[in-house]
Amino acid sequence: MTYQEDVAVVGFAQSPVLRHGEGTTSGVEMLVPIFAEVFRATGLAKGDIGFWCSGSSDYLAGRAFSFVSAVDAIGAFPPTAESHVEMDGAWALYEAWVKILVGEADVALAYGFGKSSAGNLRRVLALQLDPYLMAPLWPDAVSIAALQARLGIEAGAWSEAQMAGVAARSRASALTNPQAQVSGETSAGKLLEQPYVAQPLRAHDCAPVGDGAAVVILASAARARELCPRPAWITGFEHRIDSASLGARDLITAPSAAAAASAAGAGDPAPDVAELHAPFTHQEILLRGALGLGDGVRVNPSGGALCGNPMFAAGLARIGCAAREIMSGRAGRALAHATSGPALQQNLVCVMEAR
Amino acid sequence: MNQPLSAPLEIGFDYTRSLGPTLSRFMSGLAERRILGARGADGRVHAPPFEYDPVTLAPPDELVPVGPEGEVISWSWMPEPIEGQPLEHPFAWALIRLDGADTAMLHAVDAGSPGATRTGMRVRARWADETTGHIRDIVCFDPVAQGPAPGPERAGKAAAGEDAAPAIMTTPVRLHYQHTVSPGESSFLYGLADGRLLAQRCPVCQKVYIPPRGACPTDGVPTADEVELPDQGVVTTFCVVNVDYPGQRVAAPYVAAAVLLDGADIPFQHLILGCDPAEVRMGMRVRAVWKPRDQWGTTWENIDHFEPAGEPDAPYESYAHHL
Repeated sequence: MTYQEDVAVVGFAQSPVLRHGEGTTSGVEMLVPIFAEVFRATGLAKGDIGFWCSGSSDYLAGRAFSFVSAVDAIGAFPPTAESHVEMDGAWALYEAWVKILVGEADVALAYGFGKSSAGNLRRVLALQLDPYLMAPLWPDAVSIAALQARLGIEAGAWSEAQMAGVAARSRASALTNPQAQVSGETSAGKLLEQPYVAQPLRAHDCAPVGDGAAVVILASAARARELCPRPAWITGFEHRIDSASLGARDLITAPSAAAAASAAGAGDPAPDVAELHAPFTHQEILLRGALGLGDGVRVNPSGGALCGNPMFAAGLARIGCAAREIMSGRAGRALAHATSGPALQQNLVCVMEAR
Repeated sequence: MNQPLSAPLEIGFDYTRSLGPTLSRFMSGLAERRILGARGADGRVHAPPFEYDPVTLAPPDELVPVGPEGEVISWSWMPEPIEGQPLEHPFAWALIRLDGADTAMLHAVDAGSPGATRTGMRVRARWADETTGHIRDIVCFDPVAQGPAPGPERAGKAAAGEDAAPAIMTTPVRLHYQHTVSPGESSFLYGLADGRLLAQRCPVCQKVYIPPRGACPTDGVPTADEVELPDQGVVTTFCVVNVDYPGQRVAAPYVAAAVLLDGADIPFQHLILGCDPAEVRMGMRVRAVWKPRDQWGTTWENIDHFEPAGEPDAPYESYAHHL
């Protein structure tokens, strides 16, 4: 098989992240405007897309095969090459990347969407856990993250003050991101005065519940430069997973994140900027260590998931935001990370560079 | 414009799963008020047990008794328990390393208050009055005041034979959503409450959709222009339902058909009543039979069914491209 060696991100758009947005769980209302935006920026039309792939979840929508309704937004008649993953759109992008690598498409589009606010998100997420030993207890996503946070605090890996510092820095960064759900100037000290929501986590430690969508377009070397003056060339794209048994994992680290970063060549050379999908403050600190990011790396200039975490789109948006750093000329090399599952169980790393 | 309509959407099912050999033995142990772990090739004991050794990928040879006491290795406080969780009053979620195990088990600790909870505290399983071979046979864990207890607890039911090991477990799942319809669907539903059928037209291909969709599936653009359609049309295709099923509202045999309203470009499914099912045919002209006006709401159900209109059949060519 002949591989296309070079694939680049050439376009990205993201909807505003809103709580109780007016859209439906089909995502169509959130997707139509961002498809139009990314087509306008690249000069592409729907007929130019050789492969479409989406990431979403029926459990968020409360309906079986809910992603099928979203296909209306892509105008899939006459029939087109289309696929779906019940995962964050970052994994849909991985499938799209493979399609281009194997020569089955020159231009591919991945999108992710989720209306997290339609149900009780932290409760719905219990259903992603082991269905025999954990899900029947309905442990919610915030409580599980809190167990991980305490392990790190008591081991000295991070502190509540450092976690508040992550939140304060993220919110300040998000001031320049019009799609962010949360932003503002604050300080770690002020945040630490707030009460716990799931001790040892406070509200600022947890990503807000938000609805949103994101879209990223990839192109082969033959097409990338005509679509984007400064494409973000993908130099490594890997994902790995840790055990589904929460109690058997060392939750203070994320071996799957480290393995994905190593396989993707993340540290050689070090990136200028990193967009990390850390829905909880302590997870950003954990990921910096697992991914080997030094102090010189700018982390989450978008504000990250702590300032807008549309389920099934937030990981894809991290890749889009990191690519945008390159496309805009602000960075020469960027790392993007996406996660899925409880307490950073599954991790994806995408490394991009300017050429 | 009216606000988009929304309504509660309740999902309920009993999640029924085969246990497999290892978890069947584990659940069987719970029914006997014993907690079992699996010893891995590296000598470490996993509790709950692994189904496949994380190092060698082999199923466990032996299950070994652990607990029922153990030590909290991490905890978080749940001030307002959520539906379905082990306790209805505030409690601690905890990772508990049971005595004799090297890994931790996730469960609830009835600790009273966060101030009374700490890492390293000793806890002991509280069993349900009736155990059935389910993870919820353990209600929760209780703090233990004294030092470590002697060994695994053997009280409870007499050990069940292999034949009694549960093969299946069932977990009720109840989910609650607020389902919102799109602006186009809202107009359509408000129209129905007035006895009107409001479709929308694609600005690019001019096709008319009823019910309206968020975007034209051909062009991917929002449909915007509202079009009122008559309550009559043609049967494009149909089937005769002969099977009874739970929740059935019409006695079989009856006809479910794709009905294409005059002026529409997409059919929808509805009932054809008021004639013998054998009389229904492709191309048959039909008209809506509305419920009494005082029963109307913002719902498709305002139209009870369609019935033959008594007009000549539509020629096949007139609906062939809508099949």
